[in-house]
Amino acid sequence: MLSIKNLHVSVGDKPILKGINLEIKAGEIHAIMGPNGSGKSTLSHVLSGKAGYTVTEGSVTYQGMDLIEMAPEIRAREGVFLAFQYPVEIPGVSNIYLLKAALNAVRKHHGQPEVDAMDFLTLVKNKVKLLEMDEKFLYRAVNEGFSGGEKKRNEILQMAIMEPKLCILDETDSGLDIDALKIVADGVNSLRSPERAFVMVTHYQRLLDYIKPDMVHVLAHGRIVKSGGPELALELEEKGYGWLEAA
Amino acid sequence: MSAVTQSRYAAAYDTVAPALPGRDLPWLSKRRLDALAQFAAGGFPSPREEEWRYTNVSAIEKKLFSPLLAAPASEVDQAWIDSYRLQDAWSIVLLNGRFSAELSKLASLPDMVLVLGMAEALAQHPERVESHLGKAVADSEHGFVAFNTAWFSDGLFVHIPAKQVLAKPLQLLHVVTEPDALATTRNLIVVDPMAQAEIVETYTGADCAYLSAGVSEVFVGANADLALYKLQAESTKAYHFGGTYAVQARDARFAHHNYAFGGLLARSDIHADLDQASACLLNGLYVGGKRQHIDNHTRINHLKPYATSRELYKGVLDDRARGVFQGRVIVAEDAQKTDSEMSNRNLLLSNDAEADTKPQLEIYADDVKCGHGVTVGQLDEKSVFYLQSRGVDEETARNMLTFAFANEMVDKIKIRELHDLVLGELLQRFPQQGVEKAWL
Ligand SMILES: Nc1ncnc2c1ncn2[C@@H]1O[C@H](COP(=O)(O)OP(=O)(O)OP(=O)(O)O)[C@@H](O)[C@H]1O
Ligand SMILES: [Mg+2]
Repeated sequence: MLSIKNLHVSVGDKPILKGINLEIKAGEIHAIMGPNGSGKSTLSHVLSGKAGYTVTEGSVTYQGMDLIEMAPEIRAREGVFLAFQYPVEIPGVSNIYLLKAALNAVRKHHGQPEVDAMDFLTLVKNKVKLLEMDEKFLYRAVNEGFSGGEKKRNEILQMAIMEPKLCILDETDSGLDIDALKIVADGVNSLRSPERAFVMVTHYQRLLDYIKPDMVHVLAHGRIVKSGGPELALELEEKGYGWLEAA
Repeated sequence: MSAVTQSRYAAAYDTVAPALPGRDLPWLSKRRLDALAQFAAGGFPSPREEEWRYTNVSAIEKKLFSPLLAAPASEVDQAWIDSYRLQDAWSIVLLNGRFSAELSKLASLPDMVLVLGMAEALAQHPERVESHLGKAVADSEHGFVAFNTAWFSDGLFVHIPAKQVLAKPLQLLHVVTEPDALATTRNLIVVDPMAQAEIVETYTGADCAYLSAGVSEVFVGANADLALYKLQAESTKAYHFGGTYAVQARDARFAHHNYAFGGLLARSDIHADLDQASACLLNGLYVGGKRQHIDNHTRINHLKPYATSRELYKGVLDDRARGVFQGRVIVAEDAQKTDSEMSNRNLLLSNDAEADTKPQLEIYADDVKCGHGVTVGQLDEKSVFYLQSRGVDEETARNMLTFAFANEMVDKIKIRELHDLVLGELLQRFPQQGVEKAWL
C-alpha cells in the first residue's frame, strides 16, 4: 500500500529525514518510536502533504501513485489520514460541518452522491457513541477549548467518519489517561480491516498492549535505525534508545 | 452669510429649502441656517481632518446628488423592500429620504410609544423635537452633521416612555430607488428611564449611485436599555454616511451592532457619551470587496466613574477593498474605575486589500482598566492545511475559515429574523455548501 524509498526531506536548508525506507502492506500495523526531534512528525506531515517540506531525494508511492505529487486534499480523499499530534483549533467551524464536508469530499471523489442528511446524522451519532463522546461535541467549534484528550478523540472521530485506508496516528496516545486510551484503542481496533493499514507514532509501549503492531521501527536522527516485532517496543521501554543510537 | 461658498451643495440650497419640513418653525429655520453657514464654510470633511485621514469623500462633492422633490416616477418594488423587512417587528420605511406611511407597518404600537416620521413630529410635537435636536451631536462635529441639520428631509422620531418595554423590534428601513438621489434623514430616538427597546436600521438601495446621509441622535435614559442594530446593505455604487450619536444617562445600557456590506464609499460614526456606571457595547463587522471603501469611526467618551465599554470590530477585505477602523476611547479625569476594552481584527484576502486601523486611548483618570488590541492578517495556514487534510479543497477551506471569522459577529445578533437576514448577506459572499443553519 505504501512504499517509502530512500526519502530525504529538508526544512529550508536543514535535512531532517535522511533516507527513510519503509514498506507497509494493507492490513498491517506499524509502530514508529524514537527520541524527540528524530523526525516522526515530519514523516507524518510529509505523507499528508503539509507545505514547507522539501523532498530532496527518494520517493513515496501510495497504491501505485506518486504521493508527493498529490495535493493534500487529494491524498485525504484517496484514503491517507493523519491524526495530528497537535490538532489545531478552528473557531467558528463546527465539528459536524467539518465531518460532513470531509465525508462528502471523499464520496464525491469516488463518484458517490452526497450523503443523505438523515443517514449522515445516524452515522455520526453512532461513531460519537463508539468513542464515548458527548453529542454536544458535534456542535462545538473544531477542537476549540477541547482538552488534550478530547482533541485526540476528535481526531479518531474524523478518521472513523472518513474511513481512510492509510491511518497515520501521530502520538494519539500521548496525554491520554488509561480510560481514554482504551476508548481510543477500541475505536482504532474497530476500524482494523484487511484493506486498512495503520502507522502509529508513539513514545509509549503501553499503546501497543491495546493495539498490537506487526512491526516496530525506531526512527533516530532522520533514519530508521532498527526494525523488529512487538518485542522491540518492550526492549526500548526497558533500555531506552541510547544503545541503538550508539550503534 | 460672509463665508465663501465653495460647496456646490451650499449653492443649491435655495432650491432645496422650500421642500424641507418645519419651514414654519423659526427655531428650526435658524438652526438650519446656522448649519448651512457652518457647512458652507467647511464643506464635507477632508482627509486633512485627523478623524477623516483615511477617507476621502471629495467624490460626493463632485457628483452633486440632489433630493427628490416629487415622488419617484416608478413604482416601488414591494417585494424587494419586504426582503429586508422584519415580519415580527414594527417597521417604518423612509423612501428616498421621506417617510412613507403606505409602506410602513405600525399597527398596534403601545399607546404611549411615539413613532412618527420626522416631518410629522415637527408638525405635531415641535417642542419635543426642539428639546432633542442637536443635543447628542453638534453641527461643529464635522461637515456631514452640519449638512444633515441643514438638509434633512425627514427621518424618524421615537419616544419610548419610562418603564415601557417594547415587545418587538422597531425597524427603520432606508430605501433609495432613484439614481443620483440624496437621502438626508435625521432620527431622534429617546428612550426614557427604565425603558427597554431594540431598534434596527437597515439601509439599501437600487443598483445605482446615490448618497444616503443620515444622522441619528440617541438618548438612553437612566437604567434604560437600548440595542441598536445597523445593517448597511447599500448598493455598491452608493455613498453612505451614517452617524449615530448616543448619550447614556446613569446606569444606561447601550449596545450598537454595526454590519457593513455595501457602499462604494461608506462611513459610519458611532459615538457614545457615558454617564456613571453605564455600559456601552459596540460590535461591528465590515465586509468589503472590489473597490469598496468602508470606514467605521467610533468614539466612546467615559465622562463619569464606573462605566464599562466593550468594543469588537472585525473586517474582511478582498480584492482592492479598503477598510478603516478608528476607535477612540476617551476617559475623563472624573471617570475613575472605568473598565474599557477595544479590539479590531482584520482579515485580508487579497494582496491589494488594505486595512487601516487606528485605536486611540486618551486617558486622563488614573484608576482605570483600559485595553486595546488590533490585528491585520491573513488566514492561518495551519488551519487551511488541517481542513485540506480532511479532504476539503483549498478554496473551500479558505472560504470556510473566512466565513467563520465573520460569522462570530453575526452570531451576536439576538433578533432571530435580523440574524438570518445578516447571515444571508454573509452567505451570499461566502457560500457554505451543505451546512445546516443549526450548525453555524
Ligand atoms: N518547520 C521547521 N523548521 C525548522 N525545523 C523543524 C521544522 N519542523 C521540524 N523541525 C525540526 O525537525 C526535527 C524533527 O522534528 P519532528 O517534529 O519531526 O520530531 P518528532 O520525532 O516528531 O519529535 P517529538 O517526539 O518531540 O514529537 C526537529 O529537530 C525539529 O526541530
Ligand atoms: Mg512529533
